[in-house]
Parts: sequence; structure tokens; C-alpha cells
Amino acid sequence: MRAFKTLILAAALGLGLTGSALAAESAVPPEQEWHHSGIFGTFDKAALQRGFQVYKEVCSTCHAMSLVSYRNLQALGFSEDEVKAIAAQYQVPAAPNDAGEIVERPAIPADHFKSPFPNEQAARAANGGAYPPDLSLMAKAREHGEDYLYALLTGFEEPPEGVTVPDGMYYNKYFPGHLIGMPPILQDDSVTYADNTPATLAQSAHDVSTFLVWAAEPHLETRKQTGVKVILFLLVFAGMMYAVKRKVWADAHP
Amino acid sequence: MAAPQFKNPVVRWIDYRLPVFTALHHEYNEYPMPKNCNYLWSFGAIAMVTLIIMIVSGITLAMSYTPSTTMAFQSVERIMRDVNSGWLIRYIHMNGASMFFIAVFIHIFRGLYFGSYKAPREILWMLGVVILLLMMATAFMGYVLPWGQMSFWGATVITNLFSAFPIIGDHIVTWLWGGFSVDNPTLNRFFALHYLLPFVLLGVVFLHVAAVHVHGSNNPVGIDIKGPQDSLPFHPYFTIKDTFGLSIFLLVFAGFVFFAPNYMGHPDNYIPANPMVTPAHIVPEWYFLPFYAILRAVPDKLGGVLAMFGAIAVLFILPWLDTSKVRSSNYRPIYRQFFWVLVIDCLVLGYAGGMPAEGIWLVVARVAAIYYFAHFLIILPLLGKLERPRPLPSSISEPVLKGGGHYPTAAAAKPMEKA
Ligand code: HEC
Ligand code: HEM
Repeated sequence: MRAFKTLILAAALGLGLTGSALAAESAVPPEQEWHHSGIFGTFDKAALQRGFQVYKEVCSTCHAMSLVSYRNLQALGFSEDEVKAIAAQYQVPAAPNDAGEIVERPAIPADHFKSPFPNEQAARAANGGAYPPDLSLMAKAREHGEDYLYALLTGFEEPPEGVTVPDGMYYNKYFPGHLIGMPPILQDDSVTYADNTPATLAQSAHDVSTFLVWAAEPHLETRKQTGVKVILFLLVFAGMMYAVKRKVWADAHP
Repeated sequence: MAAPQFKNPVVRWIDYRLPVFTALHHEYNEYPMPKNCNYLWSFGAIAMVTLIIMIVSGITLAMSYTPSTTMAFQSVERIMRDVNSGWLIRYIHMNGASMFFIAVFIHIFRGLYFGSYKAPREILWMLGVVILLLMMATAFMGYVLPWGQMSFWGATVITNLFSAFPIIGDHIVTWLWGGFSVDNPTLNRFFALHYLLPFVLLGVVFLHVAAVHVHGSNNPVGIDIKGPQDSLPFHPYFTIKDTFGLSIFLLVFAGFVFFAPNYMGHPDNYIPANPMVTPAHIVPEWYFLPFYAILRAVPDKLGGVLAMFGAIAVLFILPWLDTSKVRSSNYRPIYRQFFWVLVIDCLVLGYAGGMPAEGIWLVVARVAAIYYFAHFLIILPLLGKLERPRPLPSSISEPVLKGGGHYPTAAAAKPMEKA
């Protein structure tokens, strides 16, 4: 039994070690409070709607989010009609008409979010050579996830003595290498929230990071809720199996 | 072993013509298990169940997955977002691979501790090493399928290793790729092989289990069953015990799937593959890290590749490297300590494999790699000759019945009495 325990411990240790071994070296983003973290975490719908507003009014001028469709926005608490209205604000290429021409049509809920640039080259050309990456999976594609996103958005600062920042670059405490091609675009009052929440930098960075988590993991709530049920079931099942096992084994040693 | 009398007439009719029920009865019902086997003996059954879970979840994924460089990433995201319960199936498959390796690594170290590879179980052990190799190939190719950055760059680094072989090396690599770089043909053949290998694996597992059933399971004392008082029928004693062990394993599995599904993965694999951008650190999945550390510890590329394969080759010939006749570490006081040093050594290798191969980590990896080979090639052959094992009990039930601290086995045998 001792050997068994030690093995389990060793395995757990091994996992912990390798997990931390994979962490990157740049400034570690401080942990923030998130409504969706923890075993029972759920999305804060109001924050999601505000975050969507930030994405739509600020980030979407540069960043695509092509894995998300307008219809998905219903999960943020928008009604079907509201989603239709949001989609209709965008013009997307229609299927070729009888003359073979491709004309524009208003987007419908089934369409994916419209990208700001037709291709990577156009995006780079408009951003001084830097490519604003697609944000659909950004919250899962960086170490520290949403904590990093929040830190990045609030981490623009004056460069320390002796660091020269080239034209078109900005100094960010949390970006690997510190020199980022994205301007400190998000500021206090970059947006005016529909629900009158004061749009401080901290507030809007927090909201848009929450929104990006939802975009990357839209089934997070279902996953956690299912998880609680599965774990409860397995606990009861394991308990029952243990009881049966003791009963069966009771006569094993005369 | 008399044929059992089946009550169900259909079963009886079939069994008379094709005695599958008799076979099942012999192998999983009355099959005698040493009564002192502890929960470490559950990991074989656990690994088997995990393999089935992988096959079922994998086939389901394959119904919505598209093996093409332009669509693979999106198709996986489609599974995650739009396919009903797709996120669940994908997270089960993704974490299942890690859980499979956890189960098999524990299973292997169990074998190392209790000397389960010794006569007459050498072929059984070697089949196990084949299973490990097949698992590694399967997992490596599976990791390429989502076509993220780590998929692409991992595949590039690992397939490039073969170029180390003189003369034929470059040809092997081109042949593996089906072109001049990792590209669509590579992805297609990896998908075909990733679908095939688990079934080959299933076949080898069948042989592995058949081999166990010839001489029966080893046990914590490491001596053979001497009579009926030493054993218990597999059913119900070990079916229930393994079911309990399995449910604990599933609890951990579910913990990862539902609450930390990406913990064992790498964030870069959520970035679509881009041949023009190399990730800062290319790291394989955690279960490859010890081998990766050995690979990079050798300054010469060919040497590194040979050392990496050598790390598995020594396991293959282990039954002949260990010269001691005593199986269980509980009666080998010195080997027992070396066993734990080896466990630590493997953890250190794993850690070093995840760090950049430079400075102190390179030194650590080198020392640990040398020790790994020294354990199998120097320490084990000598130890068998030099070590004085403790006296073995005359039968399995002797220490079990005494139940006290007379024998070191008591520690291992205890849960059998109380649980
Ligand atoms: C003026 C265009 C522009 C706007 C507006 C903009 N970004 Fe960016 N963003 C960029 C560029 C360019 C990069 C690439 C920077 C680089 O690689 O140096 C970038 C990179 C990023 C990154 C990736 C950082 C990394 O670790 O690689 C994130 C996350 C990000 N932006 C989030 C946002 C969010 C959230 C918003 C809205 C609040 C936003 N951006 C608004 C241009 C923009
Ligand atoms: C020995 C059992 C198996 C192992 C160890 C294994 C391992 C893996 C791994 C590590 C991945 C990458 C996971 C990720 O990051 O997304 C993967 C993906 C995949 N596997 Fe398997 N697999 C096994 C069996 C199967 C089987 C039998 C199939 C059936 C066709 C299958 C189909 C797939 C598919 C379609 C993907 C891509 C989807 C995805 O990446 O999520 N696998 N596998």
C-alpha cells in the first residue's frame, strides 16, 4: 500500500512538474477574479454583453473572430430578433447571382463574424506589418488564458530607461519581448456601455476578456454543470463498489 | 477444469458448438488470482478500459473530422462548437490519451517493482513493451490531427529525426512525409495510421492478456501459487476490486475532462498550424518528455535518436538484464532503493524534457539519461549477483495469514485483509 501511495504521489508530482515546466518566462500575469472560474463557475451574462460591445466597437476594427457565428450571440442573452438586427449591420458577399456576379447582402444569424480584412496581407498592411491574430481561440491559445488577456490590455506602460521603442511599436509589460505592434487602443471610456456601467479601462478589459473566454469555450457552463453531475455519480458509484467489495472479500481470509 | 453447466439453453447450444462461454468462464470467472494482489494490479484492466474509451471516442470524432490541412483545424473547432456533445467527446479523447499513459506507466512501474518480467513472463513483458511503442506512435500521430502549431512543429521535429540515419535518412523522411515537408499527404497518412494502430494495439493487448493467463498473475510476494489457499477466483473477488479501482481512476479522468480539459495540453495547439512561424519552444506531449530529454541529452543527432530508441530497447531485454531470481522488491532491499531512484530519475528526465535544452537543464538531462541506462545495463546485472535477498515465505498465504510485520510484504498485502 505504501508503494502504491508513493507511486500515485510520484505520478501527481510528475504531472505538476511538467505542467509548470511548460510555463513561459515573461512577467507572470496576476490572477484576476472571474465569475466563470471554479467548479461551479458560470458566465456573467451582463459582462459578456459588455465584452461583446467592446469587441464590436474597438477590437473588431483589427481582429477577426471567424469561428463565432452571430447566432451564437443568443447565449449572451440576446433575443433572436436582437441577433438578427446585429447580423444585419454587416454586409457579406452573397452567392453568385444569375449573371455570375457576387453582390453584397446583409449578414444573417447563421453567418460567421465578418472579418475586418480580406486576408492576412491586408491586415498586416494596415497595421504596420504586424498581424492582429484571430481572437476566436485567443483565451485558450496563451499561457494563463484570460489573466494574460487582462494583463495585456492593461499592461501598456512607459518603457523603462534605456529601452527604445521603434516606430509603430508599443511597450507592454506582459507581451513576450515587451514590444507589441498593437496600440494601447483600450482606454477609459473607449466605449459607452448600454447598461451605464462606468467603462474604466479595468472594467472594459475585464469584460472583453470574459467575452473572449466565452468565444473560445462556448460550452464552458454546460461542461462544468455536467462535470458536477458526473463526479457526484462516480462518487456514489465508487462508494457502492467499495461497500460491495468489502462484503465480497469479508470471507476471503478464514 | 470441468466445463461449466450453463442454464440458458441458447448459451448451452452455442457453447457446445463454439465454446466461447466456457473460455470466458475459465479466463474471467474461475481464473485463479493470487489472493494478495493489491490495487496496483487493477491498472491492467484500467488501461484496457481506457483503450476502449479511446477507440469509441476516436471513431465518433472521425465522423466529423476532416483530414486536410485547410480544414482540419476548423473541423476540430466545429466538433467543439457545433457537434452535439462534440466538446465532450473531444475532451474525453484528448485527456484519455494522457490518462492511458498514466495507467500504463503505473502498470509498467508495478512490473518493475514486483519483477513481473521474470521467467516465465518474458514474452508477456515484451508484448507490453510493444504496446507501449504502439501507443506512442498512435498518440504522436493523433496529436498531429488537429493541425495546430504544436501538431505541425512536433511532427516536423520528430519526423526529421530519421534524417539522422546515414545515407537512407533523407529518403526515409521524404517517404514519411509523402513530399518535401510536413503537408497534406503527411496529415492524410497520419490519420489513416492513427485510425489503424489502435486496432493493432487491441490485437497485441489480446495476446498480452492471453500470455498472462498461461502462468497467471504475479503478486506482491513474487512467488507462485502453491495451492488453492493462495488464490481466489477472478470473479467476484477481482472483478469487484478492479471495478472499484476503475471508478477511482474515472473520477480523476472526469476531473480533467470537465474541470481542467486543457491542463495537460499546450496552448499553442489552439493556434492553427503555420509553417512560416516557429513556436518559441517546441515541446511534445508530457508523456514523451522523458524520451525527449534523452534525445536532446546526446550532442550527436544520430546518437540522440539511438539513445531514445535505446531507452525502450533496454526495457525489451530487461528480463535478461536483471540477473536476480527473486521477483518482488519486497525481498530485495537494495534493488528496492534503486527502484525508487529510477522513478525519481524518470521524473527528472520528464521535467528536463520540458525545459529548454541549455545550461543547467542540459546537464541535468545528461546525468539523468546516463543514470537511466546505468540502472538497466550496469546496476541490474550486478545487483542480481551481489545482493542478498531476504528469505522468501514458503507460500503466498503464509505472510497473508500472519498479517503482521514479520515480512516486508505485510505493507503491500495489508489492503487485501482489511479492504
Ligand atoms: C489598431 C488595430 C488593433 C486594435 C483596435 C486591437 N488590436 Fe489587438 N492586436 C493588434 C496587432 C497589430 C496585434 C499583433 C501584435 C504583435 O504581434 O506585435 C495585436 C495582438 C493582440 C493580441 C495577441 C497578443 C499576443 O500574445 O500575441 C491580443 C490578445 C489582442 N490583440 C487583443 C485585442 C483586444 C481584446 C482588442 C480590443 C480591446 C484589440 N486587441 C484591439 C492590433 C489591434
Ligand atoms: C490507442 C488509442 C488512441 C490514442 C492514444 C489516441 C490519441 C490521440 C491524441 C493524443 C489526439 C490529439 C488530441 C487533441 O489534441 O485534439 C487524437 C486525436 C484524434 N484521434 Fe485519436 N487516439 C486513439 C485512438 C483513436 C481511434 C481508434 C480513432 C478512430 C478513428 C481516433 C481518432 C482521432 C481523431 C479523428 C482525432 C482528431 C480530433 C482531435 O484532435 O480532437 N483516435 N488521438
